[in-house]
Parts: sequence; structure tokens; C-alpha cells
Amino acid sequence: MAVLTMRDALNQALREEMNRDETVFLLGEDIGLYDGSFKVTRGLMKEFGEKRVLDTPIAEEVIIGTAIGAAMSGLRPVAEMMTVNFILVAMDQVVNAAAHIRYMFGGGSKVPLVIRTPGGGGHQLGAQHSHSHENWFAHVPGLKVVAPGTPGDAKGMLKSAIRDDNPVMFIENEGTYAIKGEVPDGEHLVPLDKNDVKRQGDDVTICAHSRMLIVATEAAKELEQQGISAEIVDLRALRPLDMAPVIESVKKTGHAITLEEGWRSYGVGAEVASRIYEEAFDYLDAPVARIGAAEVPTPYNKRLERIAFPGKADVVVTARALLGKN
Amino acid sequence: MKVEQRPATERKQKDALKDRDALLHLYREMLLIRRFEEKTAEMYQMAKIGGFCHLNIGEEAAIVGTISALRPKDYVYSNYREHGHAIAKGVDPKAVMAELFGKETGTSHGRGGSMHLFSQEHRFYGGYAIVGEALPLAVGSGYAINYQERDEVVMSIFGDGATNIGAFHESLNVAKLWHLPVVFVCINNQYGMGTSVGRASSVTEIWRKACAYDMTGERVDGMDVVAVRQVTDELVAQAREQHEPSLLECVTYRYRGHSMSDPDTYRGKDEIKQWQTRDSILSLGEQMKKQKMLTAEDIEKIDQEITAQVEEAVKFADESPEPDPKDLYRDVYAESEAR
Repeated sequence: MAVLTMRDALNQALREEMNRDETVFLLGEDIGLYDGSFKVTRGLMKEFGEKRVLDTPIAEEVIIGTAIGAAMSGLRPVAEMMTVNFILVAMDQVVNAAAHIRYMFGGGSKVPLVIRTPGGGGHQLGAQHSHSHENWFAHVPGLKVVAPGTPGDAKGMLKSAIRDDNPVMFIENEGTYAIKGEVPDGEHLVPLDKNDVKRQGDDVTICAHSRMLIVATEAAKELEQQGISAEIVDLRALRPLDMAPVIESVKKTGHAITLEEGWRSYGVGAEVASRIYEEAFDYLDAPVARIGAAEVPTPYNKRLERIAFPGKADVVVTARALLGKN
Repeated sequence: MKVEQRPATERKQKDALKDRDALLHLYREMLLIRRFEEKTAEMYQMAKIGGFCHLNIGEEAAIVGTISALRPKDYVYSNYREHGHAIAKGVDPKAVMAELFGKETGTSHGRGGSMHLFSQEHRFYGGYAIVGEALPLAVGSGYAINYQERDEVVMSIFGDGATNIGAFHESLNVAKLWHLPVVFVCINNQYGMGTSVGRASSVTEIWRKACAYDMTGERVDGMDVVAVRQVTDELVAQAREQHEPSLLECVTYRYRGHSMSDPDTYRGKDEIKQWQTRDSILSLGEQMKKQKMLTAEDIEKIDQEITAQVEEAVKFADESPEPDPKDLYRDVYAESEAR
């Protein structure tokens, strides 16, 4: 098994699926000649040509719309949006078209489409390049939403997403492209609807996804030194949301923290906490604690930005408070 | 009112359009849409049809003149005023009426309604109720055709109001840039809801918007089905053979309000009457009578047949079952086949 960066794992998944299925093609801004803003598509235009790696103008609505129409007409497009913030320009296409077409046409069509896009902040990119909007998409029936946080999951879930017959929002994170991890060679498929326990523990359950998995892991290590054993459930499958490992974990620990990079209000944590209350209320020893970004448009200033996003200390303090150890 | 056709080059009369059978086909299709829509209005008033309901009455020549130029495997993307578009593409009026009634036998199994007709079999790729939304999708079908080296064509149909929205401009730009076989058809019926073209667009001759993208632009009298068909034949051939897109403006008029719930206070009765003097169906009927292709009795007989066909559609819709409540969640997601 190779150790790859997230970016190379994604690249490998794209290459393998393009080799496997001629109907798979990529489109997006600067994904070809420029090799991709984050180099996920590096080398693919050279390998597969301009037809299968299509550089588009900066026109988000027609990028997503082209992908939808092509998907309805027999192809399997993978559209890249340079950041999730830009996809807001094309929300009509994502929600009113991609998500609804199958149902509103009575099952007469299908939209096998993947939209890859990174969210996340921490790079001093200010209010219009730094947000995480996966909860917006996870709200919508008809979409599948995944947000892997390890290179192995990224490869396996991207391959599964490309083979899926539904529109899949594949949420990446600018802060994870360089992280390394083990990636199985060749045919490695991770299901789109299974969440995963990434670390075993007994005292508190931390639910996190994407870059927050890293924060959760750092926090869990520190908590361990303080005698607190944290279990981490990776919420890589956001819609459909696989609650089984969360509920199982909460039944064991009696304490739950949700950790997300986006704003807390109406967020992933709000949904997960509600589901915990509905399905495991009697097992809880304390209310579910939710950690998210400060409810401000992301500031540019480095220090302000750092405190606006959740960090290791936030998780440690919250876990201790939850367990009555402060 | 005379609509000047662009460009002013002399067009060759196509033999097919002098042919009685070809003209009769156009006539019947237009009359079917007219009678279907009249019946739809009646059914709406009887509360057999719910929601919003937008009629094609007045626009029949633009619809039939364009869509009849296509082959069965060509694609049509439409908007929410699309009952006639679906019928012209070959969808059974029974399935259309059943959809308006919200029945399981409708084109979209009662999940779509008046604004969301669809037929995979007829490559009628849907009615969309967000203005301009389907133009990018038509581009996508065009891309798929080129990608798989097929010889099909995409027709993207929208109203004058859609030409002011970003998606229109993004779509024309890439269709030309990527040499896609897409014919963009603007049914200019003079109003986007209650706002006239002149109050919404800095350029009132919609066809001229094509020049911004170095694309073929044409304007045709949308009340003259033969003229529409002739220019569409040329544009479809250009798309199919040269993979060059185009923008066709059909200048026409809707006799009824924007939707069934429109009190129609923004335009004068005289204006409506004036357009009705140029009615496409009456004109073609008169022309065919003059050319001894039809008699008054023939016209009467055709009308009876079509009226009966529409009655049959209503009967079918009325007698069809409602969707089963247990199927509320069916088709939110596709079951992925093992690939």
C-alpha cells in the first residue's frame, strides 16, 4: 500500500476511473493546461486530451449545467469547482436542476454527476474564499454529499461517486490536500453511505469530518494524556447520513461532541445532535456539545482568522467540560 | 404587423413544404396543440388541473415549425410553457393531459405537473420552471453528442425573458466556443410575464444577441409555420453537419395571459385582436384551401378528429389512477447499477 497525499490520491482515483470508463470526463476552470488550482488534476489533460479534460471559462452556471445535461445524455462528468464558495453562483443548477430532475420527471432520467469542490479556511483568503457549505447541500433530497478526510477514503469515495448514478457533492478541503496517508492500490472502493470510527475510545464521542478529523485527532491525543479516552467517528457520509456508528458510540461513551469547520447554526452538528437525541437520548449523560466556526464572515487578519475556526484547544476544553473535569 | 426576416437573403423554397402531406402534418400538429390547450384551460377552470398552468395558444406556428424539423433522436429542452412542445416532439397527448391531472400515467407520473413534462423515449428532455435554467443543460447534451461522435442535434427552447439572464449568455458563449450542435430557439411572445420586451431588454431584436458570440442569428415570423420550418431546417442542418450553433428568434404572441391566473391588465385588447388576425392555423388553412389542398369540409373533419383525440386524452387522464401514497419517496435517488 502506497503512502500518498490527498491530492495524489484524488488524482489516482480520477485517472483509474477515466481509464476504466470512456464516458467519464472532467470539466472545470483551469483543470487542464494549468493542471488545476490545487493540482488535483495534474497531468490528466496531457494523458487524456482536451475532450476528456475540458477547460471551461469562468462561468459556474454553465459548468454545472453542462455537466448535468451531459450526465442525462450518457456521460459521467466530474465537474470541479475551484472552491465551494464559487458554487453559490450555480446553486440553481445544483439544487433546482441536478437534485430534482430525477424526481420531478418521475424517474424518467438520471444524473450521474460528481461535483468536486474544496471548502475550508485558514489561508487568509477572507470572506469569499474560506467557507464550508456542505450542510447547504446535505439539506437537499436528491443529492448525495460526502466529505472524506483521509487520502484512502478520498480515493475510495471518489471512485464510488463516479460510479454512482446520482449527483454527488464531493467536498474536499484546501487544508487537507497535502496530508499523507495510506492508499490501497487499484480497485479500492469506499461506500458513500457508511460512516467510520477512526479512533476507538470510551469516554466521549467526537463526530467530525474532512479537515476537522485532523483537529479531532490532535485533541484526542492530548485528552489521552489527561486521562480522557475519546472516540472519533468520521462523518464522511453526510447525505445519506449514516448515524449507526455515531449512535453505537454514544451508547458506549454517553457523551458527544460535534465538530465542524462551518458555522454552527443550522449546521452538520445541529442535525447530528438532533438525531442523537431522537435515537439515543437515554444513553446521554450530558447535552451534546456543538463546536463550529465563529459566526462571522471569515476575517483576513491572521490572528482573527485563527480564532474564528475551531482548533485543538476548543475540543479539549469542551470535552473536559462535558465530562465535568474543568 | 409584418415581421422582417433576417438575413434578407433569398431563401430557396423547399419542395417538402409545397407538399400537401407535409403541410397537412404541420396544420394538424398546430390544431392539436390549439385544441389541447383550449381543453386544458377548461379543465383548469374545472379544477382538474392545479398549480400554475401556462398555455401555448397563439404560439403554435413557432412550436411546430421548429420542433417538426427535428428527428426522433434529437433532443428538446423546454421551459414551463411546454405542453405543445412535448406534443410536437411526439409525446402522447394522453400522457401530457394525465400529467396535468397529476396522475400516475402522466409523463412524469404525477410528480412534475404542467411545468415538468418529460419523455426519455421521445428525447423530450424536460420542462424547467426556472427561467433560463435549461440552456446550460442543452449545452451539456450538445457536448455529449460531440463527445460520442453522434449525429444528433439539441434544440433549446425558451422565451424572450430568458435572454436577459446570465445562463443564456454563458450558454451561447460555450456553445459557439466548443462548436456544439445546439439550436437556441427564442419564442418571443412579447412579454416576460407582464413585462414587455422593450421594458426588459436593451436589445429588442433578440436575434441580434447572437452576434455577441459570433453565432448565426435569425429572426422569423413566428406566426408563419412554413417560414419557421424553412429557417429551422437550415439551422438544424448547420448544427448537424457543421456542429455550429445558432440563435433563432420566432416573433409570435400568446393570446392568453402568462398563466391561467393572469388577469392580463398590462396589454390592450386591441393588441391581442390584431395578432389574432394573423392566426397561424387560420392562415395555413386558408392558404391550403386556395391551393386546392383542402376543402372547407376537410378542415371541419380534421377539427372533429382532433377534438375527439383531445377528448380521448381527457378521458384517459380522468380515468387514470392517482399515484400511490406509498410511492412518495420513489425516485428521489436512482438505484446505481453495478458498473
